Amino acid sequence: MLIGSVRARLERLGGTVTSAIWRLGFASRFLFYLCLHSGTALRRFRLTVAQIYFAGVLSLVIILVSGLFVGMVLALQGYETLQRFGASESLGVLVALSLVRELGPVVAGLLFASRAGSAITAEIGLMKATEQISAMEMMAVDPIARVVAPRFWGGVISMPLLAALFSAAGIFGGYLVGVQLIGVDAGAFWSQMQAAVDWSNDILNGVLKSVVFGVAVTWISVFEGYDAPPTAEGVSRATTRTVVTSSLAILALDFVLTALMFTGGNH
Amino acid sequence: MNRSMIDLWVGVFVAAGFAGLLFLALKVGNLATFSTSKAYQVQANFLNIGGLKVRGPVKSAGVVVGRVTEIRFDTETYKAIVSLDIDSAYQFPRDTSAKILTSGILGEQYIGLEAGGDGVMLKQGDRIRLTQDAVVLENLISQFLFSKAAEGKEPAKEPAK
Repeated sequence: MLIGSVRARLERLGGTVTSAIWRLGFASRFLFYLCLHSGTALRRFRLTVAQIYFAGVLSLVIILVSGLFVGMVLALQGYETLQRFGASESLGVLVALSLVRELGPVVAGLLFASRAGSAITAEIGLMKATEQISAMEMMAVDPIARVVAPRFWGGVISMPLLAALFSAAGIFGGYLVGVQLIGVDAGAFWSQMQAAVDWSNDILNGVLKSVVFGVAVTWISVFEGYDAPPTAEGVSRATTRTVVTSSLAILALDFVLTALMFTGGNH
Repeated sequence: MNRSMIDLWVGVFVAAGFAGLLFLALKVGNLATFSTSKAYQVQANFLNIGGLKVRGPVKSAGVVVGRVTEIRFDTETYKAIVSLDIDSAYQFPRDTSAKILTSGILGEQYIGLEAGGDGVMLKQGDRIRLTQDAVVLENLISQFLFSKAAEGKEPAKEPAK
């Protein structure tokens, strides 16, 4: 009796772990296959351009507005703290470093996952539910090359650009509040920022982060869409899973990348 | 939305993205502010460099004239050897002195150069002889305490005289 219930629990645990690993393996094979068959997406680049429009251009407004507000809040909060130490001139450094190193890639990635990633999953999932994918296979068109790969590359190309725009908008917002509203000296704001922000150590690492997040988010989105059960409920669950998994993936990857990039250096 | 509109907007988006990156690189970062392409390197030895870091600024009269490029520890003299790249536009006499200073009370440490009066200028590979180490707060406090303690003793001695 007791042994039976323990056994049942162990079986359930084992089943969960095996299916999780199986899904991870399936997702990895999916990514591999996708990369092998992205010739069409790159040769007929117009397909990818249309997806950059969907994932990138249509996310511009939310990215720019959020960036502006995040920068403005950073400047307000940072000024409150910095002035206690008489270091309010370092406001530019605080705003720029936190945006370029962390907030730009991470918040832009989270917004991108909820704005573009969920749309990609829902679109591919619905294509599957309405049997458009099967129809393509019937016509000997590879749906991964024709549907999935352009969306993947469109997202991967859009994400770093969106993160850079987020950081730029945030620094502009920090400038508006810090210099125009609070009255920190404009020269000190920019020059201390320029002295503290390093091209390769800070900016390139931030861009690298956003590329990694872009790959992770779009990979999760296209995979969840492609793997979704072809029902209304299945698509809705897949969309939710995309947002949850990509957000967790961004935060976890961010920790790993930060640990690799910004510790142990002599900066 | 027709095809050329999509192309136009994607073009605008990509251009804006690169413009943002360029803004970060040039206006926020220091890619354009100081290039070490035309610079000469000199060295200075210090007993203690405090919190000086590689890429820290070298200033003279408050103006940035170069950057710290390398910090080594010499096991023969037990001193820190600091290499400085100084912009070739700025020539300094051979008896220039180098101090490790702190900008503000919480600021970073930098090297301050004070020009001497020699007619011969520093050139590539020279060593700055006159140096002043970083001020270590603990040493300063202990000096202060010792001098206070010494002050405290003297009035006690005097009545005994």
